[in-house]
Amino acid sequence: MADARRVISVIVINEASVLSRVTDLFSGRGYNIESLTVAPVPDSKYSRLTIVTSGSVRVSEQIVKQLHKLIPVLKVYEHADLVEKEMALVKFPSSESPSDISALASAYNGGIVNVGEETIIVMIADEPKRVSNFLNLVKRYHPKEIVRSGSVALER
Amino acid sequence: MQMSGAQMVIEALIAEGVDTVFGYPGGAIMNVYDEIYKQDGFEHILTRHEQASVHAAEGYAKASGKVGVAMITSGPGFTNAVTGLADAYMDSIPLVVISGQVPMSLIGTDAFQEIDAVGISRSCTKHNYLVTDASELPRILKEAFYIAASGRPGPIHIDIPKDVTAQIAEFDYSKPVELETYKPTVKGNSRQIRKAVDAIVNAKRPLFYLGGGIINSNASEEVRQFVAMTGIPAVETFMARGTLRYDDELLISMLGMHGSYAANMAMSETDLVIALGARFDDRVTGKLSEFAKNADIIHVDIDPASISKLVNAHYPIVGDVKGVVIAMMELIADKVNKSRYESWLETIANFEKLHPLSYQEEDDVIKPQWVVERIGELLGDQANISTDVGQHQMWAAQFYPFTRARQFISSGGLGTMGFGFPAAMGVKRADRDRVSINITGDGSILMNIQELMTAVENKLPVINVILNNQYLGMVRQWQTLFYDKRHSSTDLSAGQPNFTMLVESFGGVGYEVTTKAEFDAALKDAVEKNVVALINVSVARLENVMPMVPSGGSLFNMMLASKEK
Ligand SMILES: Cc1ncc(C[n+]2csc(CCOP(=O)(O)OP(=O)(O)O)c2C)c(N)n1
Ligand SMILES: [Mg+2]
Repeated sequence: MADARRVISVIVINEASVLSRVTDLFSGRGYNIESLTVAPVPDSKYSRLTIVTSGSVRVSEQIVKQLHKLIPVLKVYEHADLVEKEMALVKFPSSESPSDISALASAYNGGIVNVGEETIIVMIADEPKRVSNFLNLVKRYHPKEIVRSGSVALER
Repeated sequence: MQMSGAQMVIEALIAEGVDTVFGYPGGAIMNVYDEIYKQDGFEHILTRHEQASVHAAEGYAKASGKVGVAMITSGPGFTNAVTGLADAYMDSIPLVVISGQVPMSLIGTDAFQEIDAVGISRSCTKHNYLVTDASELPRILKEAFYIAASGRPGPIHIDIPKDVTAQIAEFDYSKPVELETYKPTVKGNSRQIRKAVDAIVNAKRPLFYLGGGIINSNASEEVRQFVAMTGIPAVETFMARGTLRYDDELLISMLGMHGSYAANMAMSETDLVIALGARFDDRVTGKLSEFAKNADIIHVDIDPASISKLVNAHYPIVGDVKGVVIAMMELIADKVNKSRYESWLETIANFEKLHPLSYQEEDDVIKPQWVVERIGELLGDQANISTDVGQHQMWAAQFYPFTRARQFISSGGLGTMGFGFPAAMGVKRADRDRVSINITGDGSILMNIQELMTAVENKLPVINVILNNQYLGMVRQWQTLFYDKRHSSTDLSAGQPNFTMLVESFGGVGYEVTTKAEFDAALKDAVEKNVVALINVSVARLENVMPMVPSGGSLFNMMLASKEK
């Protein structure tokens, strides 16, 4: 069976070691995590993890069940119909045209967030595929550094 | 009440009704051992190796149905115990294992005897804790016992830094466990149960597939009733031996790699598998795509992750086997029609006649299977049978006349050589009125032989019966069958201790046996004297465990017999 890209959200008690409990389930099966984001769920003792991975249906079903079995895990969502966004920060030399870069960024829900003497920094937030497109497009402006955030997702 | 972390450990163990702790002291756990010295609520049994502490706790837990407890120090004490944790994890045995750790201020500094214990135990425990403040201890200890025993049982590891055992805090053990994120499903879904019952009523060739979960759930009585009431035949996994009596007419035998021909054929021909607390382990199913190919599958298990993990279940039921079986019996009561299975039972009887579990006696040498049968004839229900790992283990599972749940204690999932003897000590401790036998091999027994000292010192009269083939027999068997008889590093004929001198140096009793009469005399003497014993039985060296499904093969393609001279 072909490996498919999967997005899994896990709600966990916000405590030491919970992150390694979750990631151990992937590494123990030789599965790579493509991206992982973690942040506290507001006004609660929980955190939300968003994990992007790829694997066969059988293995990812197993991982979801095993995630449920971890004591500090409250909920696991394996998303099918979701809104997924990722952020990227890109640093350009200030010698590149700020107006061109800014125009492009605004097409990807972003813009210039910092202007220094030697560099400008752009932020965009969009679907992971579109973030990749953007990063391809801006190659010609000689980006010096790129940071991607990993995905966050909500079921529609 | 205010007390030290170490005192809290003692108070919690007593509150949990613990009567025995197996362990081994050391620097980081000394505060707790100091409190053990002062108390008389439970007995501490000093094993001679930490691996044995945990295996003894496992044997105790399996025989008693209670949570087993082991206590160890940091660093090497803990790493020695890891095999035990892994073993308990694989076989779903409820344990609480408490280890000492270096003081909080030294954690992460490569301090003396420091090891990231929770990092290591994470993948071989149901849950684990590093305690960073004594005020957390009452909650953690209480949770640990609750989690160990509930849902699918398993080992819990608690790592306590030395300064936390010295720290004073409030101890209140009365607060109920509150775990929002852990609520094991106990009651099976009634709609699913109804559907499954309909499937049972409609099946022509149904088959019970009984697993170790039945024993964990204390459901063997209910399962016996269910089988009798429906008249449906049953196979047992290795872990489920003793669920049905050996002489139950509906029990075919064990299935799987070394299961009986009839059990495996029944599984291949059935049109409805009723799996109760079994997990479709690869040693059971053989080639998955051919497993129970003609059947729908009802799968009852408390662990949702076990359902449809390997074989797709048509009727998945998450819940405690006991409750589900009771619910099924109520629904099925007036719908059973036993005559419906006449031809199915006849088919199975023919399989049994065709290739019964058997062995060939020889005049000049004892067959290992005979020894197992003979222990059964002489002691039967009066013995609890632990085993080590290898051929002897399979013969024990095949040939012992089991009459009850918790009678057979063996390392199934991990297959840990060295398990048997310490486990049999734990069994003896839990069930003192019965004889505790360890059926072992000349390889395995040496893996925890130091426990002779524990057993003698603590008056735990385990009778070790060594089926001595002077081989690492099970590996030798595979070499014979699949490696063209290249017996690489498995011939122990030039590496045999004098077992009698060995056991006697510890204060036990040794017996050298080469004839059947000598065996009878030795076993009777050891039982009568009620001593720690090694009965060293010379058995046919090249006997193979048969029948056999070669690894990855289909259940219906068994090797039936093979002889090697
Ligand atoms: C700790 C450990 N090491 C290695 C093995 C692999 N192994 C499985 S059975 C076996 C041979 C056991 O020999 P013995 O105890 O004499 O039993 P026999 O098969 O001869 O009855 C070995 C080495 C194991 N199961 N456990
Ligand atoms: Mg041997």
